[in-house]
Amino acid sequence: MHPDDTSAAGDVILHAKGLTKTFRDFTAVDAVDLSVKRGTIHALVGPNGAGKTTLFNLLSGFLKPSGGTITFDGRDITGMQPENIAHLGIARSFQITSLFEKLTALQHLELALGSPTGVGFQFWRSEKRLARFRDRAMDLLDQVGMASLADREVGHFAYGQKRAVELALALALDPQLLLLDEPTAGMGIEDVERTIELVDRISAGRTVVFVDHNMHVVGTLADRVTVLQQGAILVEGSYDEVRNDEKVITAYLGQANV
Amino acid sequence: MTTSPSSAVRTFPLAPTPRSRWRVARLIMWPTIAFVALLVLPWVVYPPIAMDIAAWALFAMSIDLLLGFGGVLSFGHAAYWGSSAYLTGWVAVNTGVPFPVAILIGALGAMVLAVPIGMLSVRRSGIYFAMVTLAFGQMIYFIANQLSVITGGENGLQGVPKTFFGIEAVEKESFFFYYAAIPIVVLGALAAWRIVHSPFGRVLSGIRDNPERVRALGYDVERYKLIAFVLSAGLAGLAGGVYAVSHGFVSLQEVDWTTSGKVVLMTVLGGIGTLWGGPIGAAIIVLLEDYLASAGFEGIGIVTGLIFIVCVVLFRKGILGTILAFVDRARTGGRGMPRFGRADRLAAPDSVTATNTAHDEEGNHAPR
Repeated sequence: MHPDDTSAAGDVILHAKGLTKTFRDFTAVDAVDLSVKRGTIHALVGPNGAGKTTLFNLLSGFLKPSGGTITFDGRDITGMQPENIAHLGIARSFQITSLFEKLTALQHLELALGSPTGVGFQFWRSEKRLARFRDRAMDLLDQVGMASLADREVGHFAYGQKRAVELALALALDPQLLLLDEPTAGMGIEDVERTIELVDRISAGRTVVFVDHNMHVVGTLADRVTVLQQGAILVEGSYDEVRNDEKVITAYLGQANV
Repeated sequence: MTTSPSSAVRTFPLAPTPRSRWRVARLIMWPTIAFVALLVLPWVVYPPIAMDIAAWALFAMSIDLLLGFGGVLSFGHAAYWGSSAYLTGWVAVNTGVPFPVAILIGALGAMVLAVPIGMLSVRRSGIYFAMVTLAFGQMIYFIANQLSVITGGENGLQGVPKTFFGIEAVEKESFFFYYAAIPIVVLGALAAWRIVHSPFGRVLSGIRDNPERVRALGYDVERYKLIAFVLSAGLAGLAGGVYAVSHGFVSLQEVDWTTSGKVVLMTVLGGIGTLWGGPIGAAIIVLLEDYLASAGFEGIGIVTGLIFIVCVVLFRKGILGTILAFVDRARTGGRGMPRFGRADRLAAPDSVTATNTAHDEEGNHAPR
């Protein structure tokens, strides 16, 4: 899809420079410089209110930055609409599971897979038209271990199962960059382990940026960790570097008792 | 219906068949009931009233397409019903084309009108969308009142002929006119059904439930809402054209905001998000108004207002919505999710937008 991927300059896939977001007199994200290397798993951590979700919303276009630029794959995407960013190859999941309760898992995937084809504009045809995405949809559900529940309405699903469908939805866009907002939030220990394994598996050939409070998840998955505090970057480094950093211990890890 | 696995590789059990069989039954049952009801209607009630019911039924379906499946309430749909009525009437009076052609032109005109209004409205949702559409509706009323060369202003547009290939029975007798005009309504209703059950309909109901999620999948939410708006205006236009020809004149009442309100009442009464509920609501309101008017009762508004209150307070799912929810509960033994009943969502304010999340940073209310 991107023939210039091989260029040496393509080492950094996502680059935010001086990224700022203010809401009236409150600065949620404060001059953040963030570089994400291609093919890595990059974690964003920080105490509540550190600006992680706002940063996610900026990167995926759901919020317009007050200042700064975002470059994805050598292309300035600052201020672009979320749907266009999605088409460029950035997919995101949501912190709160946001599925369509009345649709089956398979129908969700069909909806996602139909997005780049423009099939959604066909109001004169039967929705059976979407069945042509079925094989690919089943494949994606299989990847997240949900193939056996493909024809069940997701309203009946357990929490972990919904999160798995969320992941499959994000994958359906075949993104180069996957933004996962707290993939293990609210999960029991078993689901957490399964999700770690899952994220690890689907990260092959992709870049992943994720937010999570669970230090076990961060430590297991992340190649690189950025710690945010009050909207600004506090420290960045490998998990071990970050974990032993004085500032981090006082700001976050210390109080979180990890 | 697509319950059989596509390849032999998949060995897991898929959805049980009784459910899908029930779906097929329902798929056939409702259109059949509607079709038979439409056929016998002019035998049961005075034919012009039957025609009114059919026209309002399609009008209500156009509202439900937006409200029940797109999640936005247009409170200015009289603009499309009325402008099509005027255009249909004007074409019929001045060109002498058969009335179905005039109605088609009227409906197309309504769709054209809906493009700029829709473009300015679809960026809003919830109460703001209702307000913007109401404002445009009032603007159309003002224009219709001023443009008396075409609309006749206060006097209305008179003498709309039922020109129909020289077939006198249709042109003179409202009973036969009904059967000549009803295919237009049926085609409009089928179009609404097709739209709801199309890939577009799938995206649209996704937008209704969770616009941010659909956006993240790469869909241009506003463009989808605009198309839905224009299609809905086309259906409202078809209905308004039928109404104009049936009555033989068009008055300012057709672009009045009370007409917009009345069709919303019908939709809510029948059941939002059921598509076939609107026609039930339309039949009840039209028959009730006819009964009260012929009984010499003047406070029709009080009665319809009371019905609206009872409906919103006591059974928000509307008539068909309540029936379907009951059937659904009986079928699933109370375990299932209610399939219908969009009304509860309408009570919620504007859908959560990304900008609302600033205060919930890291909390539990990220964009849904």
